[in-house]
Amino acid sequence: MRLISRIMEWFDHRLQLAAPIREAAGHPVPRNTASWFYVFGSAALTVFLLQLVTGILLALIYVPSAGEAWSSLQALNHQVALGWFIRAMHGWGSNFMVAIVLIHMVQVFLFGAHKFPRELTWVIGVFLLLMTLGMAFSGQVLRFDQDAYWGLGIGASIASRVPIIGPFAVKLMLGGPIIAGATLSRFFALHVFVIPGLLIGFVCLHVLMVLKLGINEWPMPGRIVRRATYEAEYHALTKKDGAPFVPYAIWKDMFFAGFIILAIAACAFYFGPFGPTGQPDPTIIQTAPKPDYFFLWLYALLSLLPPALETPFLLICPPLVILGLILLPFLSGEGEKSWKRRPIAVITVLMIAITLGTFTRMAQFTPWSPHMNAWSGDPVPERYIHGTSALARQGALVFQVKQCRNCHSLGNTGGQRGPTLDSVAVRLTQDQLIRQVIQGGGNMPAYGNNLSPAETTALVAFLETLHPASQGPARDAALDLVLNNGQVKASGTQP
Amino acid sequence: MATNTETAKPADASLSRRGFFMKLGILFNGFAAIVLALPIARFLFSSITRGRENGYLSWVRLGDVGNFPEGETRMATFRNPLVMPTDGKTVDTACWVRRIAGDQFQVFAINCAHLGCPVRWFAQSGLFMCPCHGGAYYRDGSRASGPPERGLFEYTYKIENGVLAIDAGQLPTPGDPVASLTSEKPPCA
Repeated sequence: MRLISRIMEWFDHRLQLAAPIREAAGHPVPRNTASWFYVFGSAALTVFLLQLVTGILLALIYVPSAGEAWSSLQALNHQVALGWFIRAMHGWGSNFMVAIVLIHMVQVFLFGAHKFPRELTWVIGVFLLLMTLGMAFSGQVLRFDQDAYWGLGIGASIASRVPIIGPFAVKLMLGGPIIAGATLSRFFALHVFVIPGLLIGFVCLHVLMVLKLGINEWPMPGRIVRRATYEAEYHALTKKDGAPFVPYAIWKDMFFAGFIILAIAACAFYFGPFGPTGQPDPTIIQTAPKPDYFFLWLYALLSLLPPALETPFLLICPPLVILGLILLPFLSGEGEKSWKRRPIAVITVLMIAITLGTFTRMAQFTPWSPHMNAWSGDPVPERYIHGTSALARQGALVFQVKQCRNCHSLGNTGGQRGPTLDSVAVRLTQDQLIRQVIQGGGNMPAYGNNLSPAETTALVAFLETLHPASQGPARDAALDLVLNNGQVKASGTQP
Repeated sequence: MATNTETAKPADASLSRRGFFMKLGILFNGFAAIVLALPIARFLFSSITRGRENGYLSWVRLGDVGNFPEGETRMATFRNPLVMPTDGKTVDTACWVRRIAGDQFQVFAINCAHLGCPVRWFAQSGLFMCPCHGGAYYRDGSRASGPPERGLFEYTYKIENGVLAIDAGQLPTPGDPVASLTSEKPPCA
């Protein structure tokens, strides 16, 4: 033992790190911050370190070349011992990382930790969030499959909409005129060198500031932050009611970090790696590209925004949101910290969470997309043509071969892009049906050029039979009046 | 010694000898940084400058006119004019060829005018549909419904010795719909 301590002394005489490390470990923290609510920051750091390790391991096999990336991923999945597990750890690690960073951010916000004097810690945290999302997107690109390829196309299409510099930004992003080898290489450089380098630097600053300024005390309702007095109050608190960070508070961080690592490993083991999906061959177009989990909300939003609003939204909202996040600690740097006294803060968080959650959920079953695999046409179920006229049956045939069910469901099969047609005859009269089919409208294409008059007549005859047995089809009362020479038909005498 | 008297002075001198050399050193390094920055910027932005000189577009052949029956829309594939050694399959591109009649064609980019996903042709419905966000286009490429703000991107084409060729080589995007910018309408359209 003496030998070990002498060796340690030899090193420390030269490095002089023992004293600052001891000071950092033993710095007093308010006792009530040794809480399970305060573990997310260290958990994010843990997952980041895990991503570094698994990322380096993947780089031992992965080839960042558009020609070979996909097959090197196949080799990782199937040829290299436990390559699939390391890929799965890295993929699940990224999901966990985004989730933990967001939870950490919400906790910090609700506990008022962004207020004076920790404004800069928050601002750097915002940069860390953006870099984490940048890592998530560039990581999805490195999984160079169909989703990655078309995802890059989506990224390029969004970038191209920036006025004036858009087209140049696209070429800079792609490294050439199309999505190709140079594109993957530059995303590799971003994912492996540029962003991680920045992340390491900013994480060090972030942690350093937590050490220098002290961890945010547990917010008490009524304890107001004032710039003039806060720091003295905080030091008095740590003096009166403080405990050394190690071991008083750190054991919870350690337990949670271990739990998170095991949870990632369990997900990796149970669910396996993400993809790769089909080869990144642009001539294979039988694909429905989808982003990874944390960008699904954006996918839904881009489908649901009115066309004219989309470009302004894409160009104005992200800078506004980022600016808002950066300005937040300067606009509300003082005042109440406790979430119990900050109802607007709580409501804002809930609103954002519910909105993002709803969009994410919708993106999982994409009701806005036509059913693309219906080229053979789902057959019209028997019960819909039972006892109908020959004309209506012909219409059912038109309905099937014109692939109306790519967008409309009948009997619960078919697309959800347009309204379900099970009882369309109740909603629209014959004239309205004809008009809707021929002219389209309300997000439906016009079929006037694609249907002969005979086909339209048959189709509408079929659509008119689509009503519940207990409910008659819609009819135009004025038309009845004209056709019956001014005699109003008694209601309820449907044929 | 003379040096001793010099080092004792600098407090009142506005520009000491060492201070001057330090400033000169900073200037010298600034000059070195500029010398280095120029080639770095040239390298970094080479993909933009080449595009500005229009070095990306050229005529590529899609095949004999006879491969495309009149009144039908068929997929054709071509190899991007600019190929780098690490491109793999990404340089193979698809497009939709509609032969209206005779030498009258329309060649559409595979990329949806909304966000670039691959559109598919449904001959029965007479529509191009996009799997991503649900854009739809009529057979002539004009917008039918969904989020796109415009019709499909169209390539300029020409027919030489019975072979259909298009002016291609760049990913068309909503902000840079290559084909319609770089050329006049073909005479027969």
